[in-house]
Amino acid sequence: MAAPLTVSIVSADQQIWAGEATMVVAKTVEGEIGILAGHEPLLAILAAGEVRVNAAGGERLVARADDGFLSVENNVVTIVARDAELVK
Amino acid sequence: MGAQLRVYRSKIKSAQTTKKITRAMELISASRIQKAQQRVAASAPYSKAITRAVSAVATFSNVDHPLTSEREKLDTAAIVIFTSDRGLAGAFSSSILKEAEQLAELLRSEGKKVEYFLVGRKAVAYFGFRKRSSLKIWTGGTDQPTFETAKEIGDAVVEAYNLDDQEGGVDEIHLVYNRFVSMVTQVPEVVRLLPLEIVEGDVPEVAAVSGSGSNEVYPLYEFEPDAATVLDALLPIYVESRIYNAMLQSAAAEHAARQKAMKSASDNADNLIRDYTRLANNARQSEITQQISEIVGGADALASAK
Repeated sequence: MAAPLTVSIVSADQQIWAGEATMVVAKTVEGEIGILAGHEPLLAILAAGEVRVNAAGGERLVARADDGFLSVENNVVTIVARDAELVK
Repeated sequence: MGAQLRVYRSKIKSAQTTKKITRAMELISASRIQKAQQRVAASAPYSKAITRAVSAVATFSNVDHPLTSEREKLDTAAIVIFTSDRGLAGAFSSSILKEAEQLAELLRSEGKKVEYFLVGRKAVAYFGFRKRSSLKIWTGGTDQPTFETAKEIGDAVVEAYNLDDQEGGVDEIHLVYNRFVSMVTQVPEVVRLLPLEIVEGDVPEVAAVSGSGSNEVYPLYEFEPDAATVLDALLPIYVESRIYNAMLQSAAAEHAARQKAMKSASDNADNLIRDYTRLANNARQSEITQQISEIVGGADALASAK
């Protein structure tokens, strides 16, 4: 398996979460998208909704993100939203 | 007690009271600089991510967006002036207003009409006193800016920019704000916000954090839904984040300027107290000397009268 994803979730005033993950599932304007390691570079607009991250340690976390976008490159996933917070 | 001595004593009292106030303000500002700096640092990942994304889209698509393309006819320019709500911060607000006046002068000499957006009570008071008009004002909370205010300002300037000339639209938008360099230095900064020039690293501390050069090669992105829509969504966010950054910088600079101003005020109060104490001691001593010589003189006169 390729190296895991490096994920960071960023809101306007702070970084909410950063770490390694095996999978990220987010809702874009065109529908849900799942990102695994080795995904091609992508820039997508997020629809309001949840972002689910399967962290490398096995834990799963859910974040709410409004009004933002998602970028993927070289296994680095950045979720940028004006308002974002961890749900759990 | 002699009249002179009383005057000195009351001056010392007054200087001591003032010093208590300035000392307290100095300490408050000093503690707030820390917080303001942390907020600047905390917002860095966001502005970095957005700048990066916008640069990437701009590099890979030839989409002509109204926010990025220079207009043929530049008739009106708008200046957004970031001052503070409160004074007692040295030259903080006045240096920004001076900078804005110079910019306005320059724009007028290029034949443009100049409009203003004002942030902070000091700018509003300055314009109110001179009976000059402004498009929109925001007051309150300049020392602790919120992203909501930045969004409001962003929406307002983008809206003004998108209006037609006949409806009072503007063709250029400039920001004038204090940039926080260090505890002792704040530099007035003039930036053209719209039309956008997207240069990664044009937000100084962002470049410092990312540590990446501006001529980095971007991977070939896939855009969802498509490049034009992505750019459409990103650019207003980018504008907001630039404004938010300016507000945070300005807040940090305000606290630093106030701390410096209040420190020198406290030092001056110290000097005044010292000088007046010496004068008061002098006055007291000469009073005593005079009384002694009066008594001695009186006793002498009585003795020689016998």
